[in-house]
Amino acid sequence: MQKLTSKLKGNKMAQVILLVLYVLVTSLSLYLAQASVTAFLLLLFSLLLLYYTDLSNRLKWVIAGVVLVGVIPFVASTGPSYQSYMEVATVVGIYVAMALGLNIVVGLAGLLDLGFVAFFAIGAYTYGIFATGQAANFMPFGTFPLSGGTFWIFILIGCFIAALFGILLGIPVLRVKGDYLAIVTLGFGEIIRIVFNNLDKPVNITNGAMGLASVQPPEIFGFQFIYPNQFYYIVLGILLFVILAVRRFEFSKIGRSWKAVRENEIAAQSMGIHLVRTKLLAFAIGASFSGMMGVVFAAKQTFVDPTSFTLLESITILVMVILGGMGSVPGVILGAAVVTILNLQVLTEVTNYLNQLNMDGVISFPEALAPAKMQRFIFGAILIIFAIYRPQGLIPAKNPVFDENALKEGAKNHRKEKITIDQDKGFQA
Amino acid sequence: MSILTVSNLYKQFGGLVAVNSVDMTVEKGSITAVIGPNGAGKTTFFNLITGVYEPDKGNVQLGSKSLIGLKPHEISRQGIARTFQNIRLFSNITVLENVMVGLHKQLKAGIVTTLFQTKGVREEEKRAQEEAYHWLEYVGLARHLNEDAQNLSYGAQRRLEIARALATNPKLLLLDEPAAGMNPRETRELTEFIHRMREELDVTIVLIEHDMKLVMEISEHIVVLDHGEKIAEGKPAEIRNNVKVIEAYLGKSAVTPA
Repeated sequence: MQKLTSKLKGNKMAQVILLVLYVLVTSLSLYLAQASVTAFLLLLFSLLLLYYTDLSNRLKWVIAGVVLVGVIPFVASTGPSYQSYMEVATVVGIYVAMALGLNIVVGLAGLLDLGFVAFFAIGAYTYGIFATGQAANFMPFGTFPLSGGTFWIFILIGCFIAALFGILLGIPVLRVKGDYLAIVTLGFGEIIRIVFNNLDKPVNITNGAMGLASVQPPEIFGFQFIYPNQFYYIVLGILLFVILAVRRFEFSKIGRSWKAVRENEIAAQSMGIHLVRTKLLAFAIGASFSGMMGVVFAAKQTFVDPTSFTLLESITILVMVILGGMGSVPGVILGAAVVTILNLQVLTEVTNYLNQLNMDGVISFPEALAPAKMQRFIFGAILIIFAIYRPQGLIPAKNPVFDENALKEGAKNHRKEKITIDQDKGFQA
Repeated sequence: MSILTVSNLYKQFGGLVAVNSVDMTVEKGSITAVIGPNGAGKTTFFNLITGVYEPDKGNVQLGSKSLIGLKPHEISRQGIARTFQNIRLFSNITVLENVMVGLHKQLKAGIVTTLFQTKGVREEEKRAQEEAYHWLEYVGLARHLNEDAQNLSYGAQRRLEIARALATNPKLLLLDEPAAGMNPRETRELTEFIHRMREELDVTIVLIEHDMKLVMEISEHIVVLDHGEKIAEGKPAEIRNNVKVIEAYLGKSAVTPA
């Protein structure tokens, strides 16, 4: 086995062949099998394998694109569970984008936010209110619901409104640090939910606990997005933008200032970093991703009510970030996928299977230990195991590696006239 | 010509007067030392200058501009950089990135230009890396550019703090116990290095230090604090023989024979 792995390392050709074989086998089994969750998950797993190959980044993106856009929807389309697979994939995408947003706040800027789902709610309600008849209650002009064609603009509007609320929340909240920040953000998350729950009087804006029903589906050139397999592509598109944006911010002046603030606030300030502005920017950008996905969520569910935005949701997103690896983009993507799929697919499948055994009389569970009740328990146990054995996350954050030789050449252009640099002696230990 | 003028600076924490009506002027291009026993208020004095604390009374002037009421990052932008007594590096990022943070205020990249990775941003980023590398070369840490800052040896971490401070392009550099924890050889190298910085970089240096050999050798002007008050100032030779200073360090019995 060790021989095999050492042979594979560095041999791109072999890696590509194996990867293609793997994708072929799993897609074929998914294509032929009727509703095989295992095959679907194994196919998704190919993306993780792809991440660990030695291929160039560009090639990895192309292959991932082919698998996500072409292979997965195509081979899943034959079975009766097509829509349920695509539903899972869409939800995974939504959570990945949110987890990446929270990763900026928690992982890069080091601000523990326990009310992150509030921004998701703001995005969802922004579209929900205007894409149902609800807005007619308080808007002095215009006819509502707005058509599904406005959905695309609302993605941007949701993004900006969430960012705006990120800043509004940040201004009072960022006066406190650490544990206190966690508590205050938790409070903010709850406030938003409760406000949405009660904003049906005096003016009915959110329709309170009844929620907003029959949100207009997105529409483009007369084509309506209704089914999960159609939303899948919308989510994929936004996700691509989010990942690109996160990567660019992370390795820029802005990302460095976030990390500096995370590592040491006083030192960061004495380097000329504006503390409040830097933190607000992290809040705003993180929130904006969540806001965009909130709009998509509202359109996909066609129904928005406050129960979708509880504290548990905020904590689930935080778990994704921590489980995946704080500050690590690939880690957080994996973490979000793992947690979502565990909750939506694996644990439900396991419970169904155990229930089946129970019914057939193979094993008998006492009432108190019924499999359905065990779901949360198993999830909790998995988290504890990870916290103990892999505290740095599934894929720990990596620092960039700079090319010393290129810098050595380039640095010569920056030498001040009088400076002497003695490579051998000088100020060296 | 004086670059830093501190007048009547006063700071109280609860009942403790940490800095009591201190006056001080620092000549441009000089090396000034602030010394005193532990708890004399030296670091508080630095914190007041750099805006970490706001003074209760008094004034701090850089050139002709008052620094009172400015936030630490604004003071940094005025041209004061510092190192810390208890090292405050950005531990979990690389050595090169630590220095690049020092270049923060010189970089123009904004949200939109970063998002679109414009040519300007890419070039600026490359220049920043090169300039940061240049500062690492200057303090002799170039080989360690890709290591995490926390993995450096103690002496190297102190040098990285200096490189990071230099990257902000300061007019005035405050060093808080730069030789703490260094062995005699490292201290000697540091002494030489501080001289070199002054000669080559056109920077004024104020340092807090307990190593008297270093202080006497390097500084042109010494200010002695005790219990928050300035008890003496002058040239090294004068301070060496000052009765009050000896008393502060060694106790009354050292100066009044029993």
